[in-house]
Amino acid sequence: MQGTTLILILAAMSFAAFFFGRGRSVALVGGPRHSTALHSLPGYYGYFTAIWCLLPALAVLLLWVLLEPRIIVALIVKGLPEAQRSLSVGELDLLLNNIQNLAAGDAISGDLDAALSEAATRFQDYTTVSRRILAASTLAVAGLGGAIAWRRIRPDLRARNRVEGIVLLALIAASSIAILTTVGIVLSVLFEALRFFQKVPISEFLFGLNWSPQTAIRADQVGSSGSFGAVPLFTGTMLITGIAMFVAVPVGLMTAIYLAEYSSSRVRNIAKPLLEVLAGIPTVVYGFFAALTVAPWVRRTGESLGLEVASESALAAGLVMGIMIIPLVSSLADDAINAVPSAMRDGALGLGSTRAETMTRVILPAALPGIIGGVLLAVSRAIGETMIVVMAAGLAANLTVNPFEAVTTVTVQIVTLLVGDQEFDSAKTLAAFALGLMLFVVTLILNVIGLVVVRKYREQYD
Amino acid sequence: MQASKTTREKVEAGLRRRRRREIVFQLSGMLATTVGVMFLGVFFVDLFAKGSTAFMQTYIRIDVEFAEDVIAPDGEIDLAYADFDGLVRTALRNEFPAVSGRSERRELYRLVSIGAGYQMRDMIEAKPALLGSKETLWVPASSTVDMYVKGNIDASIDEALRPLSDAQVGWIESLRESGRLESRINSALFSNGDSREPELAGIRGALMGSVYMLIVTILLAFPIGVAAAIYLEEFAPRNRWSDLIEVNINNLAAVPSIVFGLLGLAIFINWMSIPRSAPLVGGLVLSLLTLPVIIIASRAAIKAVPPSIREAALALGASRMQVVFHHIMPLALPGMLTGAIIGMSRALGESAPLLMIGMVAFIVDVPSGFSDPATALPVQIYLWADSPERAFAERTSAAIIVLLAFLLVMNLTAVIMRKRMERKW
Amino acid sequence: MTIVQMMEAKVTDRQAQSSRAGSSDEGPAIDKGVKRTPALPASGQFVETGMTVGDVRCQDPYVIAENVDVFYGANHAIKNVTLEISKQEVIALIGPSGCGKSTFLRCLNRMNDSIESARVSGSITLGGQDIYGKDLDPVALRARVGMVFQKPNPFPKSIYDNVAYGPRIHGLAADRAELDDIVHSSLERAGLLNEVKDRLDEPGTGLSGGQQQRLCIARTIAVNPEVILMDEPCSALDPIATARIEDLMDELSQDYAIVIVTHSMQQAARVSKRVAYFHLGLLIEVDETDRIFTNPQHKLTEDYITGRIG
Repeated sequence: MQGTTLILILAAMSFAAFFFGRGRSVALVGGPRHSTALHSLPGYYGYFTAIWCLLPALAVLLLWVLLEPRIIVALIVKGLPEAQRSLSVGELDLLLNNIQNLAAGDAISGDLDAALSEAATRFQDYTTVSRRILAASTLAVAGLGGAIAWRRIRPDLRARNRVEGIVLLALIAASSIAILTTVGIVLSVLFEALRFFQKVPISEFLFGLNWSPQTAIRADQVGSSGSFGAVPLFTGTMLITGIAMFVAVPVGLMTAIYLAEYSSSRVRNIAKPLLEVLAGIPTVVYGFFAALTVAPWVRRTGESLGLEVASESALAAGLVMGIMIIPLVSSLADDAINAVPSAMRDGALGLGSTRAETMTRVILPAALPGIIGGVLLAVSRAIGETMIVVMAAGLAANLTVNPFEAVTTVTVQIVTLLVGDQEFDSAKTLAAFALGLMLFVVTLILNVIGLVVVRKYREQYD
Repeated sequence: MQASKTTREKVEAGLRRRRRREIVFQLSGMLATTVGVMFLGVFFVDLFAKGSTAFMQTYIRIDVEFAEDVIAPDGEIDLAYADFDGLVRTALRNEFPAVSGRSERRELYRLVSIGAGYQMRDMIEAKPALLGSKETLWVPASSTVDMYVKGNIDASIDEALRPLSDAQVGWIESLRESGRLESRINSALFSNGDSREPELAGIRGALMGSVYMLIVTILLAFPIGVAAAIYLEEFAPRNRWSDLIEVNINNLAAVPSIVFGLLGLAIFINWMSIPRSAPLVGGLVLSLLTLPVIIIASRAAIKAVPPSIREAALALGASRMQVVFHHIMPLALPGMLTGAIIGMSRALGESAPLLMIGMVAFIVDVPSGFSDPATALPVQIYLWADSPERAFAERTSAAIIVLLAFLLVMNLTAVIMRKRMERKW
Repeated sequence: MTIVQMMEAKVTDRQAQSSRAGSSDEGPAIDKGVKRTPALPASGQFVETGMTVGDVRCQDPYVIAENVDVFYGANHAIKNVTLEISKQEVIALIGPSGCGKSTFLRCLNRMNDSIESARVSGSITLGGQDIYGKDLDPVALRARVGMVFQKPNPFPKSIYDNVAYGPRIHGLAADRAELDDIVHSSLERAGLLNEVKDRLDEPGTGLSGGQQQRLCIARTIAVNPEVILMDEPCSALDPIATARIEDLMDELSQDYAIVIVTHSMQQAARVSKRVAYFHLGLLIEVDETDRIFTNPQHKLTEDYITGRIG
């Protein structure tokens, strides 16, 4: 692990730089007793030196790691025989892959020829050289940065302000990662989706009634065949989400009401943590339970009633998803109910309302915005839920609203299209990103409305 | 007061109906609460009923000979090509000398897992002196035998409808009578990677994959999350921009996790060409996923530090940065750590984004680094849940029990920390 | 009040108590009423005997509380209180914060029921009916004993719906016209109708504080109760709004028994016919308003109304 060694050396260097910097600052004013003559505490001069030793070197390191593969690949391609250089992008990728595997000593696919093994040798050489340059330049920059900072130490250098400025920049950088993540999601999904819409018209995607991406695998026909009408996926998603909300909203709401208004504190202290456990169970576990326990049960029950139930019915997936969302709904509803001032409750009780009347006629109407916001967040959660539907709902893109039939959802199709080997240019793969874009946009809208409503509502009673 | 009397009568007249409604309302609340709790009960009972047997595994005792002519035909031990399976078969034939005929013998061989041969190979590799000796070994029984012994296969139904033949059932019973068949703790479950054979399949590989990913996640998400929280809470100006960041972070916490998988696929794998299936990519994706959780928790922890402490430190001439690092951080740290643990437990249970970045492969080897192909515990559960074998269903439940145990420990730690740090100002 | 002043107040309070403990003959006994104290006991003993000075009885009593004790968990909030309230009077409950006057008020319409740890013993009757009896529904009780709260708490509904709420849940109006009548007359009696009659469908929360409180009173009288409890109804209002509410109370006292908890002795003096002084869960003294403010019988009452406790 050469990289690790390099990082360790860098760490050691900046550690040393700290002591050198601190030592110099103290020495400049003539010993620790006179350190009040310094603008900042001696430690800040140490940090100052260490930062200038470490940061530029890390920047070099990062830049190199990002650029290295591209440069090496460009060099290799340049050295390949003319015939191979003119290959299509896909084939060239395969060839490069082979060269890299060969260089790493792994088995390769296809025939081994002289040009290939020569390229592999060159690949190894370039890599070795590149690593050496990297190590040398990084350490040189570290040394240089540290030395310059060390030389600039004067008693009147405002070391604390400098260090704090850099720390502030680091803090800003950290908080911008949250923004960058959103930007990254938007860009990555949007670009691939746009490429998809070049192959398949957006109108067909949004309004087409037939979804069968499998036929589009053939490389010579990408996008020309296979149908990408996503309406069955949308209806399937809505069907399962609807079933889930049908379970989660009444149960979650009534649970919140019961725990807030009726239950003794003893029951509340038991039931609330249990619901939190329900919320903490990973979705894959719910999926397993849905597929192996609930789906067969739904099927048996349905058949004993004389109904025809698919083994991967929307009902089973929706039921389990509903159970999963109960804690979310009940905790958001609980927040909303508790945000209604107790004066409202007292007022209603004081007029002689029963507790049910107090709840349904005064508190719930007052808490309604908060509850609606919470339900929107729950819907968004249900739409984006993946594992339960992947494991318990089917792949068949049926356009139906019958809960006993199998339907498929947007998330199921994203997983199906992207799991396994994939070519990045096929409409099949790109379709997953188009679906991802839809998913992101819809959940974004639901989330933002939900969050804003919940927040506004909270402010109303603050 | 005639009017008052009539009012009273009117109120009394409606009381019964209203009281009945009140009771119905209360009962439906009770029912709703019970539904959630009941589900939890059913779920755990079902899980333990299915999974607890997987922690035991049937073993068969056989007397094997580390025959020199098979293991070291040219005088040197040939680990790669020696027919250890053949030695196991010989041992089985010796045990049941009456069995003859190819198909019958093949049935006999199926009693023992193919892991028996690997076990012999590992023994001779560890201790070459065994060559030529005779040993008594406990080797894992095949999964069908294991299922039969655990009572999951009914021997009374028609032979054609069950995976074990009458002859095999007879041999198992005779092994059981002679004390050559035993139920032991299933150590393979915790020491092996994945396998196509249920009796050899273990969660070690997946667990290590999860561990490596969580290391990456905590190393990235915790410092970045805390730093972001400090900036947003202590330094950021309050304006539209910070409102936007606020909504953005809250939204990120609610973005479907699979979208993060798409991000990882497009950016980390396609653009940065980090190898697929590596815990490094998984960790990167999971750190983006947990970042909002940690930021939100850390901001709450910072907010809980009373302003008086800030003012006191500022009044003594501390810089804002010193206030943050000397006073606020130490006080808010328990809250931040609690948030980090909750974030980690969410990351540990997450599987959808990992499917996107290729961590869903059949991987036998236990990963030993951040760039080895790996899978994760929840993904292993997903993979096993898809396997048709009954024995895998049992192991899936066992893997779930292990996963839930980890989550329980993490969440309990968080709860205890939260209790500890509850401080009255 | 600065901290120093508060400390001084406490000190004087303690001095007052110790001086009382030293001289038990302070405060002349009065020979009237059922419960009386022949001589004032030391304050420590006083807590145990729980004797009330003055006259807890009245003519033609409608609400009768006998030996009421209230506990919040281990906290003994009301200690052996006996008090009668007649149908056409305004009685003010006064006393320092935490003395139990609001707790006592909330016993009268069983608003303490919703507090899990609260326990009430003794008996309270309303027109001869035990309000803590098994067969009595607190819902029906609260229709007879209305309540106005410290902070105006109109529901987040329209003005009309606020007033119509009580009649609706209790089924008091047979049709819409009757309901309109009730709403209008209630608003009229609460002196609010002229201000709001053109905007009955606007939210009640949009009114000013004083209007909101009058809306709450209208909401209460719309149910046509027999007793109205008021828990510091003017503490959140400005003096002009307060004056209007006080006038209103005067008018309402023609038809309803009003029990008002107040911190303001001026208010008690202005609106009430009788005054009951509470101290640390004990009912210390009950008497005609004029008497209690001009000639308090008990040392604690005197200390309070002269501003030494507060």
